[in-house]
Amino acid sequence: MTARSNILPLLTVIAAIIVFWYAAAVWMNSPWQIDRYKKASVDWSFSQLVSDTLNQERPVLPGAHQVAVEIWKTTVQKKITSKRSLVFHTWVTLSATILGFVFGTILGIFLAVLIVHNRAVDKSMMPWVIASQTIPILAIAPMIIVVLNAVDISGLLPKAFISAYLSFFPVVVGMVKGLRSPAISQMDLMRTYNASNSQLFWKLRWPSSMPYLFTSLKVAVAISLVGAIVGELPTGVAAGLGARLLAGSYFGQTIQIWSALFAAAALAATLVMLVSVIDRIVMKRMGFVSGKAS
Amino acid sequence: MNDEATTVVSAKNLSLTFETNDGPVHALSGIDLEVDKGDFVSFIGPSGCGKTTFLRVIADLEQPTSGEISVNDMSPQEARKSRAYGYVFQAAGLYPWRTIERNIALPLEIMGYSKADQEQRIAQTLELVNLTGFEKKFPWQLSGGMQQRASIARALAFDADLLLMDEPFGALDEIVRDHLNEQLLQLWDRTNKTICFVTHSIPEAVYLSTKIVVMSPRPGRIHEVIDSKLPRERPLDIRESKDFLDIAHQVREGLKAGHSYDE
Repeated sequence: MTARSNILPLLTVIAAIIVFWYAAAVWMNSPWQIDRYKKASVDWSFSQLVSDTLNQERPVLPGAHQVAVEIWKTTVQKKITSKRSLVFHTWVTLSATILGFVFGTILGIFLAVLIVHNRAVDKSMMPWVIASQTIPILAIAPMIIVVLNAVDISGLLPKAFISAYLSFFPVVVGMVKGLRSPAISQMDLMRTYNASNSQLFWKLRWPSSMPYLFTSLKVAVAISLVGAIVGELPTGVAAGLGARLLAGSYFGQTIQIWSALFAAAALAATLVMLVSVIDRIVMKRMGFVSGKAS
Repeated sequence: MNDEATTVVSAKNLSLTFETNDGPVHALSGIDLEVDKGDFVSFIGPSGCGKTTFLRVIADLEQPTSGEISVNDMSPQEARKSRAYGYVFQAAGLYPWRTIERNIALPLEIMGYSKADQEQRIAQTLELVNLTGFEKKFPWQLSGGMQQRASIARALAFDADLLLMDEPFGALDEIVRDHLNEQLLQLWDRTNKTICFVTHSIPEAVYLSTKIVVMSPRPGRIHEVIDSKLPRERPLDIRESKDFLDIAHQVREGLKAGHSYDE
């Protein structure tokens, strides 16, 4: 598809979302506004109501322009070292995300290698790996923080651990499948060469698993961010997107919440895009045809 | 052909039974066969006659249930460990992430050949299968026939005197197959390797072989071994000669007598 044929449907969707958003904002903010008009005994028109509901200080649902202004003020117009800078908070969350993503990826690959090479581990480990993901992360995050705090680990690491707790899962599942993806005839071929186990791994299993790894990494990096944000919620930390969300909800700063949400979404999109770009480069260099695994 | 024929593969009363949920399957039963050095032996028969299984037993990819087998006077396992044979599978099975030259280098890397030696062997085998100039291409950039030639080059790259080929041209069209058959014969002639070749094409078996092993199913066994009297030099049109048609007829009769056409 050409860029031109893509852009019209995209703009239509965005326009529809914005129209819906503003309609919802007016509708949700008007009860409070009307209440105020009544208390002040002022006459009001519909156009005034619309204008006022979209410019409240603590709206139930802020207008898009309010969020945009807030983002502008807290990024471009603030020094990034400031506690009020969204860039600063985004960086705090990003560092935990990246660390958690790296931990999770390494752990995931390590477990997948064990599972593929050892039947006992395969049978005993996989149920635990799956069980680990059925526990709500919101329930386990505070415990991880408390336990780690008791052994004097706080700050970045607990958040990274929670992030890793989520992100290792898609990596394990993807890599187990990837490392097992070579066809029987390819395994037989290595056997006819009398290849050692490490040769079998590095020359066949590992390269075969690359497309699977990158698919997993795209999922993992997004949920790493979720993990890092969730990790910021129960700690009472002062910095990070999660802290912004929490503080915003304590003080009814919905505009702040929404701007943090948009920052998180933009960050997630950027991270996934980054992994996709690396994916494409690696696949191209490895000679995989795009969209085809073999 | 050879002044003194030495035995490369020798099977005595070899049997292999697979235990399946539907009861035992007699894949091979009472196989007696000798393959001499420099032979081109074709195994022909319907599916289920055990031809591929026998090749896999030679390659130590399957274990016989009873009987004896030796490859280069060793057990198949010892032969495999001393890298005595090259195996060509039905599917080319090239690694998609390796270029053609890296694919051919694969066994050489595993077997620890030096870099210089690798390069020389890659060039040599690519020339042997007429793929010079395609070193840097990835497998998907090549046609099916070229991929299969590359996989043959991969099996030829290291010093194995025995080449085991499991229906290598089965998935290719008739024209490409003719061409590859001709090239394979030239290659066999030049390298003096021993080749065991599984096929279910009668013309292919007759055209290529010095010895045709006709097999029949349930249980998989050798029905007849036909020695070909065709000359070593075989142009494609030899297939219209009377000798050729005689042997083909003999193979067909053998298959018929072995109840290969019953179903």
